[in-house]
Amino acid sequence: MDSNRVEEIIANYNRDKTRLMDILIDIQTEAGYIPATAIPVIAKRTDTSQAYVEQTVSFYHFFRREPSGKYTVFLNNSVVAFMMGRDKVARTFEEEAGCKFGEVTENGLIGLFDTACIGMSDQEPAALINGKVFTRLTPFRVREIVRNMKKGKPLDELSTSGYGGGKNASDLIRAEVRNNVQRQGPVMENDYTPGTVLREKLKHFSPDEVIWEIKLSEIRGRGGAGFPTGLKWEFCRRAQGEKKYIFCNADEGEPGTFKDRVLLTEYSELMFEGMALAGYAVGATEGILYIRYEYKYLEKYLKHVLEKMRKQNLLGKNIAGKEGFDFDIRIQYGAGAYVCGEESALLESAEGKRGEPRFKPPFPVEKGYLGYPTVINNVETLCTTVKIMQFGSEWYRNLGTHESRGTKILSISGDCRYPGIYEMEWGYSVNDILDMAGADDVQAVQVGGPSGSLIGPDEFDRTICYSDLSTGGSFIIFNNTRDILQDVVMNFMEFFIEESCGSCVPCRNIPWLLKQKLEKILQGHGVWKDIEDMEEWAGMMRINRCGLGQTAANPVVSSLKNFRALYEEKIQKGKRFDEGFNLEKAVIESCEAVGRIPLI
Amino acid sequence: MKEFVTITIDDQEIKARPGEFIVDAARRNGIYIPTLCNMPGVKPAGSCRICTINVNGRLMTSCTTPVAEGMEIETISKEIEDFRKAVVELLLVEGNHFCPACEKSGTCELQALGYRLEVMAPRFPYQFPKRDIDAGNPKLVKDHNRCVLCKRCIRTILDEEGHHIFAFRYRGHQLQITIDPEYGMNMTDELAQKAAKNCPVGALLYRGKHGFEIPIGKRKYDKEPIGSDIEKLKKVKTS
Repeated sequence: MDSNRVEEIIANYNRDKTRLMDILIDIQTEAGYIPATAIPVIAKRTDTSQAYVEQTVSFYHFFRREPSGKYTVFLNNSVVAFMMGRDKVARTFEEEAGCKFGEVTENGLIGLFDTACIGMSDQEPAALINGKVFTRLTPFRVREIVRNMKKGKPLDELSTSGYGGGKNASDLIRAEVRNNVQRQGPVMENDYTPGTVLREKLKHFSPDEVIWEIKLSEIRGRGGAGFPTGLKWEFCRRAQGEKKYIFCNADEGEPGTFKDRVLLTEYSELMFEGMALAGYAVGATEGILYIRYEYKYLEKYLKHVLEKMRKQNLLGKNIAGKEGFDFDIRIQYGAGAYVCGEESALLESAEGKRGEPRFKPPFPVEKGYLGYPTVINNVETLCTTVKIMQFGSEWYRNLGTHESRGTKILSISGDCRYPGIYEMEWGYSVNDILDMAGADDVQAVQVGGPSGSLIGPDEFDRTICYSDLSTGGSFIIFNNTRDILQDVVMNFMEFFIEESCGSCVPCRNIPWLLKQKLEKILQGHGVWKDIEDMEEWAGMMRINRCGLGQTAANPVVSSLKNFRALYEEKIQKGKRFDEGFNLEKAVIESCEAVGRIPLI
Repeated sequence: MKEFVTITIDDQEIKARPGEFIVDAARRNGIYIPTLCNMPGVKPAGSCRICTINVNGRLMTSCTTPVAEGMEIETISKEIEDFRKAVVELLLVEGNHFCPACEKSGTCELQALGYRLEVMAPRFPYQFPKRDIDAGNPKLVKDHNRCVLCKRCIRTILDEEGHHIFAFRYRGHQLQITIDPEYGMNMTDELAQKAAKNCPVGALLYRGKHGFEIPIGKRKYDKEPIGSDIEKLKKVKTS
């Protein structure tokens, strides 16, 4: 890429350093990597330093510093991918392409890389190739794909799998991704005409009344933390600021979660309307959809929806004819960092920086994007608020349980017959859900993803709700053939090691040390003290700054709590420490040579 | 706005300035809360977590949490002291810290914290990572073996136009400090000296003509433990 083009891209974003992510993403998309020559140009034009640009570039997984192949394959390495046959698929990629993972073929045609969960757990193994999603991969399909790459075929012609259902088949998406909606509840029910709340309901509701209605519904944030949405909007409304922002957090990165993918594909108008509604309620004029890079394949479509809504006067000036109700939305892509799902890290990222969580206070509702009061809501939360306004808080309050109102959309994957998304009222038991998804012979369920909890059959009567098993939606099922420690806990720990921003000392080190302990135990070298150490060390994660850091040892903590026997059966009994090697065995040969009997 | 707020630190009632961070309020009142990444007057990073305290029953970092009326703060407990000690131990095993051979010995805050918190042998296994020494800058030597990633250089070393000279690179376990190739090369002597001075450990060394101006044994923390200057304030106040 020549420097003129780089200059052009930078100029497209007004040489604004807070738009560094967009600048880098455009360069990455066009050139396939971020050329070293581009960095000084960006630094100069945005009036930063090369080190400053570099620190953002090197934070994000999808920014490559070297040419990464004309076709760059990112094959998901999440736990479910392995369960569904990733090993064979990966091996076939390597054999057919002629290079290992982490490498690019000599002719520069194909690059093979690992990536964390890409939100396709219901159709693994899956990969991103130049941003396009390929799901349900098999060795046969991989051979076909790689051969087509070698013929130089365009992305669209690499595979002959056809398109997934719903809008995935539309001209603007053209993805083989399937929605797999297994259960529709009130939020996903197609009983709503987009725009009705903005056009009709807001005639009768002042911003304060909207907030009141949302508060009455008692809806809490659907991203996992469960903060009351109405209260969040109220805090932001009251906060002083020249401008205010509404963010929609579509950075779902918790392995095993994919419900936002489906909402973004099929319910984007509902989501955008929710953002406009929130904008009306808190007095914000700008909205930003922060969406993970893995969902780049939805970009054209989402932009099209925004354009359509502008034409319909559901975005823009004087929305729905309401004088002074101005609100518009832009899309901000991330570039591969799980921690950016944490709201303050998300803001940092949207400002063109490393996704390092901020310390609180101040909270985003007081001081958020660019220092202005900002509401950050999950995709599902925003969709739900529109339905609450349409059907009333009373309607909503009657769903779910007393302390967990409404519904939750679960992303169910792993060992079951019907993986996909399920909208359920809160309050069902794990057993109910397993029955619904068609899961037999279940050994364990990971509720809430790696940062949640791993539970065994004796706890399957527990209920999905904020006061018992709280979840952002990830629900991964493991049957009795799975090796919990090797396949699950180890995979999750590797994920957290990869995804820590590295700021806090415990988060940067403890998962790494826990992994070493786990390896030791799995290799049969563990002793009782190792289990005790793991428990004690994991406790230190409490002093980390953000939710990622505080929960990054949970795979170990919760498997130690609920599957302790698996650890205990692997350690050496009756030993206080591991000698590291067997002295008797080690001297056998030399003893034989000199004809001695070892004195041990 | 009120002139002051009243908070309680370890059963001692103190008056704090509205908006100031707990660690600063404590410091002014002669109460030492161990810190490492923190520098008075500089925007906090909250990254080392050593200054973790208990505020109204919740663990918070005292360098990033502003005081609020009626806060009940506990800075000493078995749990908190163990957290602090563990952080120092983690830093010691994470890098390669060989005090006897280090230019900073005696003025090193990590070493001083080790002594003050009575770190004997770390509970964690030494990692002995292979790390580089970067001698590419004309004014500074950057030794990654010793870096504790406190961000002090990133936060405090900017040129006259506000360009950052230091920055992070990579993330998580790979995290490291870089010097900007352009602004770093043109750094003034003054700024380079400031960077070395602000570095709590021996990761940034100024390539000046002088070597060991103050001999080991007569350096700051050789004489008295870290935090003593703060605690003296209290003795003055109470006497």
